[in-house]
Amino acid sequence: MSEKVLMKGNEALAEGAIRAGCRFFAGYPITPQNEVPEYMSWRQEETGGAFVQAESEVSAVNMLYGAAATGVRAMTSSSSPGVSLKQEGISYMAGADLPCLIVNIMRGGPGLGNIAGAQGDYTQATRGGGNGDYRTLVLAPFSVQELANFPKKAFELSEKYRIPAMILADGILGQMMEGMSYDFEPVDPKTLPQPAWAIGGKHADRKRNMVFSYALGEGELEKMVLKRAERYALIERDEVLYEERDTQDAEVLIVAYGISARASIAAMNMARANGVKAGLLRPITLWPFPTKRIAELSKKVKAVLCVEMSMGQMKVDVDLAVKGSCPVYLHAKPGAFFPVAEEIATAAESALNGKKDQLFSLEDLVKNAENKTYAVNNPICKEGALL
Amino acid sequence: MNAITKRPSALTEAQFHYCPGCGHSVVHRLTAEVIDELNIKDRAVVVAPVGCAVFADKYFDVDSIQGPHGRGPAIATGIKRAKPDSIVFSYQGDGDLASIGMAEIVHAAARGENITVIFINNTIYGMTGGQMAPTTLVGQVATTAPKGRNEKLQGNPINVSEMLAQLKSAKYIERVSSDSAPNIIKAKKAIKKAFQNQIDGLGFSFVEVLSICPTNWGTTPLKGLDFLREKMMAQYPLGVFKDVTAANKEGK
Repeated sequence: MSEKVLMKGNEALAEGAIRAGCRFFAGYPITPQNEVPEYMSWRQEETGGAFVQAESEVSAVNMLYGAAATGVRAMTSSSSPGVSLKQEGISYMAGADLPCLIVNIMRGGPGLGNIAGAQGDYTQATRGGGNGDYRTLVLAPFSVQELANFPKKAFELSEKYRIPAMILADGILGQMMEGMSYDFEPVDPKTLPQPAWAIGGKHADRKRNMVFSYALGEGELEKMVLKRAERYALIERDEVLYEERDTQDAEVLIVAYGISARASIAAMNMARANGVKAGLLRPITLWPFPTKRIAELSKKVKAVLCVEMSMGQMKVDVDLAVKGSCPVYLHAKPGAFFPVAEEIATAAESALNGKKDQLFSLEDLVKNAENKTYAVNNPICKEGALL
Repeated sequence: MNAITKRPSALTEAQFHYCPGCGHSVVHRLTAEVIDELNIKDRAVVVAPVGCAVFADKYFDVDSIQGPHGRGPAIATGIKRAKPDSIVFSYQGDGDLASIGMAEIVHAAARGENITVIFINNTIYGMTGGQMAPTTLVGQVATTAPKGRNEKLQGNPINVSEMLAQLKSAKYIERVSSDSAPNIIKAKKAIKKAFQNQIDGLGFSFVEVLSICPTNWGTTPLKGLDFLREKMMAQYPLGVFKDVTAANKEGK
């Protein structure tokens, strides 16, 4: 345990990775995650680790591929368009069964989008994102406290299953300051076991190791993919993380992750004050998704409300869990726009009453967007802001 | 009886899949001999490319990693920075290094990474079937330039060694050839120096090896060698383009 201090999300995350024993970082500047490489640039040096400012996201992730292959705790961080570029290396690392950590501090998309926090990369993160049949283990923090402490969890899970792990947060979490403390003692990387498969270093005492993702012999690739699928099944069975609030008597279940869950907690309390029995399920691992628990709860509630800063990407997983047991509604805030507690509370009430007027309708979203004064509501979106 | 030659211990017993006449086999052997002679087998790491040398990891009996197309120098950077006592070499062809991986090689050189890069230039994409490479000569026929590379449409070949030699942090850049016994002996010396530089911590070392691809050039190995000597060497002159390692050793 460390003392409770006020810290910015991105810096708390970077320090959390260092404390977890991360001794390699490669990255490339992109808003809103720049504090991560900036912090790492001096902190890795201070702790005897390596920091490289790469020439591109593609190079950064391939540096990570090389470093991860040596068995050190290694990471890269970026934001949405940059994470798209990293998919090449993520696919290779998944194919080579390497543990590593990739952080995505999401911003608005598609394309250049904008630099405000968003949740539009849910599908990319949870389905693999790159080419081929693979998954990444995705952790979704909802506070600076979790941003700070999840790197250790991510490294441990990543090493246990030899799978790339991703921390999927957003620009709001990355940029905001909160009281936080580390709930673990700093890890000395020297105490971590050197994996038997790792390459590099002097190794007179062992045979050579090979790190690769290809399998060209007949049937070889199928075997590799199936072996990986067996590990994925274990992850889905044993590693699902979620948080529940007020679900015992809930009639409407809000499902939200990350910053959307923060607003949803306030919304839930508002709804309860108005006599609406709302509960919250917050997925902490997005893959594996808490499918089983949502399925159970969907049989007890009258409606489910998905709150996300994307056009129903998470709702797909919720629908797959609910399987028609009750209606599933969507309160979508696309385009890097922050969900507001009052609106979520109203949406929860409408969902419970089966009214669709306050819920997802493209027409309403378009109308609302036209009436908003973005410069007032969301100052970082105003004209002339740096990209 | 005394054995006068044998398989270098840094080569596995796997049979090369390279076509008759291909320069990869020669350069693999030279590299393996150098690894043996420098006694670095237990800390060498080969970064295998995408292209004909993709299975270099099967042939070198050292730690290996096979990476995405063109990213060898970035992967080598990651390995070397994470495990500085490794001796890391990226083995790449001209499509891999001079086209899709141009950013990675330029920036690894610009950063002065203490790695070794072996660059096989045979002016063509081999693995995919003879498409035009950035190194294809003007007029040379390729499957994506069936009338020959047209300067007006496809520009001129890139001379990578000359280009990298402009970078201050690149320490040793040499172009050699695999066409004849004397040149092969010179090539081995260059490769050995490029590894020795890394052992000595001197910085980025790069050896470009001119090589033939009879299969995709649609010719015989002997005629291919003529093409290399007459045409390739005119575009790609052999020589040392940069060597500041001697000065470094003296602490200058």
